[in-house]
Amino acid sequence: MRHYASKAAFRTGLCAALCSTFLAIAVNAEQSADAPQTQADVLSIGGSVTEIVAALGQEHRLKARDTTSSYPPSVADLPDVGYMRALSPEGVLSIGPSLILTEEGAGPPEALDVIRAANIDLVEVPDALSVAGILRKIEIVGQTLGVPERAAGLMAEVEADLVAALTDAEHPEDGKRRVLFVLSTQGGKINASGTGTAADALIRMAGGVNAVSDYEGYKQITDEAVGLAAPDVILMMDRGGDHGVADDELFAMPAVRLTPAAQTRSIVRMDGLLMLGFGPRTAQAVQMLNDALYAKGT
Amino acid sequence: MTVVSDIAVAPRDRLNHARALHWVLAAALGLACLVNLQVGATDVTLSSVLAKLAQGETLSQIERVVLFDIRLPRLAMGILVGAALAVSGAAMQGLFRNPLADPGIVGVGAGAGLGAILAIVLGALLPVWMIDRAGNHLVPFAAFLGGWISTILLYRVSTRHGRTSVATMLLAGIALGALAGALSGILVYIADDRQLRDLTFWGLGSLAGASWAKVLSAAPLILLSIGTAVMLGRGLNGLALGEATAAHIGINVQRMKSVAILAVAGATGAAVAVSGGIGFIGIVVPHLLRLASGPDHRTLLLNSALLGATLLILADVIARVVIAPAELPIGIVTAVLGAPVFLWILLKRRGLVEL
Repeated sequence: MRHYASKAAFRTGLCAALCSTFLAIAVNAEQSADAPQTQADVLSIGGSVTEIVAALGQEHRLKARDTTSSYPPSVADLPDVGYMRALSPEGVLSIGPSLILTEEGAGPPEALDVIRAANIDLVEVPDALSVAGILRKIEIVGQTLGVPERAAGLMAEVEADLVAALTDAEHPEDGKRRVLFVLSTQGGKINASGTGTAADALIRMAGGVNAVSDYEGYKQITDEAVGLAAPDVILMMDRGGDHGVADDELFAMPAVRLTPAAQTRSIVRMDGLLMLGFGPRTAQAVQMLNDALYAKGT
Repeated sequence: MTVVSDIAVAPRDRLNHARALHWVLAAALGLACLVNLQVGATDVTLSSVLAKLAQGETLSQIERVVLFDIRLPRLAMGILVGAALAVSGAAMQGLFRNPLADPGIVGVGAGAGLGAILAIVLGALLPVWMIDRAGNHLVPFAAFLGGWISTILLYRVSTRHGRTSVATMLLAGIALGALAGALSGILVYIADDRQLRDLTFWGLGSLAGASWAKVLSAAPLILLSIGTAVMLGRGLNGLALGEATAAHIGINVQRMKSVAILAVAGATGAAVAVSGGIGFIGIVVPHLLRLASGPDHRTLLLNSALLGATLLILADVIARVVIAPAELPIGIVTAVLGAPVFLWILLKRRGLVEL
């Protein structure tokens, strides 16, 4: 009996696997049939760069994207060349782009060398965690795509929004709330942001104080240091996987239990790219975090 | 060829059979090379390029880059690394007289990885003239040193009076691997963001970063080590009969063992330095060959090199085609294919691993 059952299960599994493979091939074929209708020849690497391309109304020129490009949601339909720091040179060339726009930090360097050797225009957009940095990104993407007027318009709009959000987020020094950005809580160990990160920059822009200032970058932090950091609020990315720890679980962790944040159950979850991308939506992120920290509308 | 049969259970026809296998495996390697150059994410194929060349047409930029800057260096690296891993596995199994000794399993790979990480993170602290002199040989050399030290440590710990205890070796390997992993962890903690990007790749193993510079930096050490290891066949056969017997039939046992350790460390270290930790090639390949043609090291070592190279470049084809345009780390592919084969071998030959 059991023997038959397992055989049947195996057959069903095999069928399912085969079917899904054919389906995937069929879907791919359909996509490539759609492709030539516009001059889509740009490969965009890096979430914020892709966002800027779309905000400039140039989404139709995108031919492919990387894994970090998740906004606007419609770009999910484009082929994915993998994680921006682990690109496969031949995979990138197989897209056949005539222009590659990439955020700073794409790699590995060997892959970029090969791509440059293939005479494909590769424009690296510098990353800077500031208002000026965001505007510079828009300017460079606009120039590269040949739409400087649109870029100028978007820059004015984004700058106005950012200035408004930053003004709104000004709070007296002694009333500022301490924020702990938790990147992940794998296996009960908290990985938190120190200084010099996108999370640190956003916290400061939104009128908060980064509760951890002893180290740079994202590192695992000891339980006792979390207590010493005494965050009023915990900030996390809003997504699945190991990041999606439940509130109860988080506040029950020994490290977190004694913090002011746990006592008031203050946690803010935001979309990772919105929060850390430093693109056209950063004003919105600043506003959202500011509102959440200083309890507007709760 | 008249060969003195210095291994008790090596009938002549079995040896001839294993020798014939050299040619079969060489042909398979050639075929695998063609497949490797033919297939990839782009639609550039070897056959179309050859056809173009035959008709005297010039190649497009893309075709030249894909074939000569991407696939060829990657193929060369795959052959070197695959051969190095398989040969060092076979040599180590001979040296320890133990079929479970594999540089990846008993911590030598981790030791080599630690050496490489040390070179990446702390290399900048070395005096400038040393960095200039070492160039891109620094990382492979550091990996070789790391592998060498861990092999010697392992051998010292697990071998008493010329007999290697399987249990001690495996446990010592676990301890060594954990220690190397912990030290690597500390280095990862002090590494800056850019160095971290270089480091993440050690964990999984990949041929994706292949370039001619890397191939050239690893090739001398790997070729030298493989060449040395292949010469050790007779000595390892002798060792299989026990150290005393080996000495009686005229083998300088101590020298042979030191040479074998150096060869294993060199091949493993250089392979790990350019491609990270790729598992299971070193244990599965020699096992398959022993099943096919017996344990005679005179043929086993060379056959391992050929089959190791073949399997790794085929695994690489899978790694880069399955989820194109992105690609899988090749360590995942070799583990998915290798681990079940390894388990199957264990099931089939249970007596092999009585501790």
